[in-house]
Amino acid sequence: MAHVRIRRMPAYLDYAATTPLDDKVLDGMLPYLREDFGNPSSVHGWGQRAEWAVEDARERIADGLGCLPEELIFTSGGSESDNLALRGAAFSARSARAANHILISPTEHDAVRITAYELVKRHGFDLELLPVDPLGCVDPDDLRKRIRSGTAAISVIYGNNEIGTINPIPDLATIAREHEIPFHSDALQTTCQLPTRVADLGIDMLSIGAHKFYGPKGVGALYVRGGTTLQSVQTGGSQERGLRAGTHNVPLIVGMAHAHEIALARQESDADRFRMLRDRIIEGVTSRILGARLTGHPEERLPNNASFVIEGIDGNSLLAALDLAGFACSSGSACKTGDPEPSEVLLALGMEPELALGSLRVSVGRQTTEYEVGEFLDALQDTVAKLRPSVAVA
Amino acid sequence: MSPKRTIAVAMSGGVDSSVAAALLVESGDRVFGLMLRLWSAGPERPNRCCSPRDVANASKVAGRLGIPFYVIDAKDEFKSRVVDSFISGYEAGLTPNPCLSCNRELRWGLLLERASKLGATHIATGHYARLRRTNGQYRLFRADDRQKDQSYVLSVLGQSQLAHTLFPLGKLKKEAVREIARRQGLVTANRPESQDLCFLGGDDYRTFLADHLVAAPGAIEDNQGNTLANHSGLSNFTVGQRKGIGISGPEPLYVIDKDVERNTLIVGPKSALGRTHFTVREVNWVRGHSPPESSNLTVQVRYRASAVPASLEHLEGRTKVATDEPLNNIAPGQAAVFYKGEECLGGGIISR
Repeated sequence: MAHVRIRRMPAYLDYAATTPLDDKVLDGMLPYLREDFGNPSSVHGWGQRAEWAVEDARERIADGLGCLPEELIFTSGGSESDNLALRGAAFSARSARAANHILISPTEHDAVRITAYELVKRHGFDLELLPVDPLGCVDPDDLRKRIRSGTAAISVIYGNNEIGTINPIPDLATIAREHEIPFHSDALQTTCQLPTRVADLGIDMLSIGAHKFYGPKGVGALYVRGGTTLQSVQTGGSQERGLRAGTHNVPLIVGMAHAHEIALARQESDADRFRMLRDRIIEGVTSRILGARLTGHPEERLPNNASFVIEGIDGNSLLAALDLAGFACSSGSACKTGDPEPSEVLLALGMEPELALGSLRVSVGRQTTEYEVGEFLDALQDTVAKLRPSVAVA
Repeated sequence: MSPKRTIAVAMSGGVDSSVAAALLVESGDRVFGLMLRLWSAGPERPNRCCSPRDVANASKVAGRLGIPFYVIDAKDEFKSRVVDSFISGYEAGLTPNPCLSCNRELRWGLLLERASKLGATHIATGHYARLRRTNGQYRLFRADDRQKDQSYVLSVLGQSQLAHTLFPLGKLKKEAVREIARRQGLVTANRPESQDLCFLGGDDYRTFLADHLVAAPGAIEDNQGNTLANHSGLSNFTVGQRKGIGISGPEPLYVIDKDVERNTLIVGPKSALGRTHFTVREVNWVRGHSPPESSNLTVQVRYRASAVPASLEHLEGRTKVATDEPLNNIAPGQAAVFYKGEECLGGGIISR
């Protein structure tokens, strides 16, 4: 049996899964984990200092997104934001105008896709999936054909978490606006990489989550354009205009605001650097790995996302082998419990299930170096050669 | 020994494989954990070796030991190479032992292959058995803890597999293994002992077979050919079985034979059970060649039976076994495993 080359420092190439917390963000959070621990709903000084912090954070994020502070609802993260958007809009549209029809793309994140299935299964909504082209893009004309007065809500992901494809959100949102149907987009992946001003996008709802842009896990926000009505999903106290009950998680909210400001300030330079690293990976993988091809759109894609399918390779084994070789990547089909399923996103693109089991997502970030990318390409070539079925045992 | 070994430990979420991993980590080897996700009859009947809780436990142990841990999907392979042949074996009137086929096909087949592709030089398991290398040959021995010895189910292994295998528990008593697990704070330290087949998911094997085989009732005869009663299906019976035949008589009746062609169960008194001659096929010799016919051997015909003196005659494609004393539990489909002293020489499937 062959010997494994062991990297002294493993390389993290899974920034689409999560990002490390920025040190400056942590510094900004610490006072609210220590002395300023108050509950923003309390009357006294501790409560007031906490409330100021939350409202200051709201203003700063709103400023970055180009919306009003009162148009932001703090949540526990992207999944909760997606749930609140889809459930909230669907139930509200049903009671206001008896609308029962939901339109989503088939490449949505599970937080939207499974939520939509739930609305069908448990609440009797009708779900229609918008077609996507083989690159994972929704065509505005397809939305125009399917939208109707009885449509309760529309959700189309901005930058796809798995294959990186960017959807034409402004065009889609314009159509929704013409029909006065609430339009939501999951923008978890895009926040720190692409301009995400809600007015430019023209959408009604947008989900963000801090841990995708070097902020803390467990906090996110939903932008809800003024005039869009939502039914609350979590009831209790009157926090967040009664739309999201629960004591504010002050340190995380403060952290998200810091992280968002930093992300916006470095957005262009980060994105340029990510693109350079990403293109090097795409070029290296497609030229050096036989049977590897890019998934998602070649140009209209997230700056940090390089995703592939590799023929004759199973995603789970590939991730394990890469991990042992010191590289952390991801796959739309892999799963920690050994139940690999072909990636839903790739199946929606019309890919063969067999091929959809061999997906690989490499996503770069602020800490990624050109050197790491070079080493990764060598290691991937090595690993794929070892994993290919033709290799004899022992 | 290679300067630096990379060892994949086959983890099941049990105490034995957990401690095997712990011992290897202690010895300074580069270790990672692999778990085979095996087939089960359904989510409400999880496989005992890899239920969600077992996966979580194995993962916790790996975390505690600081080693990487991955789960490998082997559901289809396990179903087709182990479970299906278990079912079809019973259908053919045999009493198969799926643990042997699992070891041959899955642990030392698929798992070894995957481990090797992931860069492992060895795989290790929590089996109780010992390995020794003499004159370039790998030899398999019973565990020091005879109560726990598992060499019987390892008799299917050969040189190419043993060259890449480690059994870290071979010299330990079960209690010592639990003690190590407790000392290291492993969650699996007090996990109860498992006995039944992993894929039965808590069911009795007859219940499992009833779900997967069409039971064909037939006659029960004595060894003179007299019909005594009817049986519910041959797969519910094993040669040597006394309980559950459902006939009361002056002396207890035992299953003597299963006549698959006539779908008839043959029963008789205990005295009719004993056999001193039987034939074994698909024989594997651990050292790669058969032992001389004259050597002082013993044979073990069940996982938990004791080994008895036997002599062998090697024929084309089969081996004839003769024991000094009659054996009451010769069931076609079970493995007959040969020993010389403590050394497990190999074994095969009892055909007649």
